[in-house]
Amino acid sequence: MQFWGYKRKEGRAGIRNHVLILPACACGSESARIVASQVRGAVNIVFNTGCSDVADNTAMSQKILTGFACNPNVYGVVIIGLGCETVPHMELRKKIRSMTSKPVVSFGIQDEGGTLKTIEKAVRAARDMAAEAAMQQKELCDISELLLGIECGGSDATSGIASNPAVGELSDLLIDLGASTVMSESIEWIGGEHVLAKRAATPEIHNQIIQVCKNYEDHLKAAGQDCRAGQPTPGNKAGGLSTLDEKSLGCIRKGGTRPIVEVVEQAERPAKSGAIVMDTAGYDISSVTSMVAGGCNAVIFTTGRGTPTGNAIVPVLKVTANALTFEKMEDNMDVDLSGIVKGTKTFQEGGRELLTVIGDICNGKMTKAEAYGFSDIAVDHVCRFV
Amino acid sequence: MEINGLLMDEKDNVVTCVAKVPAGEQVIYRKGEEVCTLTAEEEIPYCHKIALTDLALGEEVIKYGELIGKTREPVKKGRWVSHNNIYSVPRDYESEMVTV
Repeated sequence: MQFWGYKRKEGRAGIRNHVLILPACACGSESARIVASQVRGAVNIVFNTGCSDVADNTAMSQKILTGFACNPNVYGVVIIGLGCETVPHMELRKKIRSMTSKPVVSFGIQDEGGTLKTIEKAVRAARDMAAEAAMQQKELCDISELLLGIECGGSDATSGIASNPAVGELSDLLIDLGASTVMSESIEWIGGEHVLAKRAATPEIHNQIIQVCKNYEDHLKAAGQDCRAGQPTPGNKAGGLSTLDEKSLGCIRKGGTRPIVEVVEQAERPAKSGAIVMDTAGYDISSVTSMVAGGCNAVIFTTGRGTPTGNAIVPVLKVTANALTFEKMEDNMDVDLSGIVKGTKTFQEGGRELLTVIGDICNGKMTKAEAYGFSDIAVDHVCRFV
Repeated sequence: MEINGLLMDEKDNVVTCVAKVPAGEQVIYRKGEEVCTLTAEEEIPYCHKIALTDLALGEEVIKYGELIGKTREPVKKGRWVSHNNIYSVPRDYESEMVTV
């Protein structure tokens, strides 16, 4: 299986060719938004941190920012800092340049003399970069260049019964074709971690999976918090998911059945190819943020109750097996898998159908969240999301 | 006969209703080749679970063939099983580790 993508000097190919306007801190976010709105081919993210933070939160913010810049769907980066952020924009630029050969420039609002002067310079830089990006031709890429993030959010009982098994089937099909997938949301392994660990390629990976869950619980306990107080969410409960365990046993099915070859930290780039799991929160926006920073070039997202979420860098494909949700939220749902619940379609057939859709997305077809220009982001912090 | 419930594993003691089931109506589900029925003793909302047997206080609730929680109170056969009457049991991670 092949797709038409943008080859990069380092790492996987892009399925998009964005110029990324990247704030180095919250104070750069509004300028970044204005710059992106002025230049066709540019996207921005809104960043709500980067200042007045403890070291571990700063480290996470930096992992997300550098990871976004290095994402294969990004052609080049225009950074907008303030000047007094924890990690100055020049340093962030230097760090990104040490990781990738793609064009990276940066501006500081204090040095440039205010918002308008910064925006002018940044628009010029982004315009030139977008003009160059538009000249890059798509090339035939093997499907092994795909690193698909697998996510679920707004889950109800149809997720575990139908849409997650279908996406699990998709993951198996992709891995057999040589592609790689990342399943995240480690808090939603709890209660099903013993089942997930059976897929580990080695005993070490088996224990890593168990340890990730134990660490998550211990970490929250140390802060006097209980993961079961936030999971399942009120929406999950209304959707028939009564305990974290029930939610998890349905959640892990979206990762399929192939051996797990690597466990990575959140926002970390996998070193191996195949089925990979990432230690992230169950909070879908934060989890997608981490997978995009980890280099996923597309994300498939199952939902029961329906969600509009999208990411600026990576297309997010929304699938549901809840017929009512597909009908009510057709504006946000991409694929209807409700036939699996009704018994008119098997989850294996659903998985094969999704493979075709993913092929189209890789070739440039926009998901609904992408067409709307959605740009959700949430950066996990010391007291983790659940 | 059209099914309106899904039994995820033969070990399960709950069935997930894939349509709203009013009190007094039948939940119809497959167990292997066999089609089984059960009367709903109260309304079971869409996507929610119904007890297949009488569940005593503290009894294990099984779905997907795995433990999803224990009951906070006795739940009679045909009653609605939800977050209001079951709870998550803490994990014993140490026992799940394997020898490397």
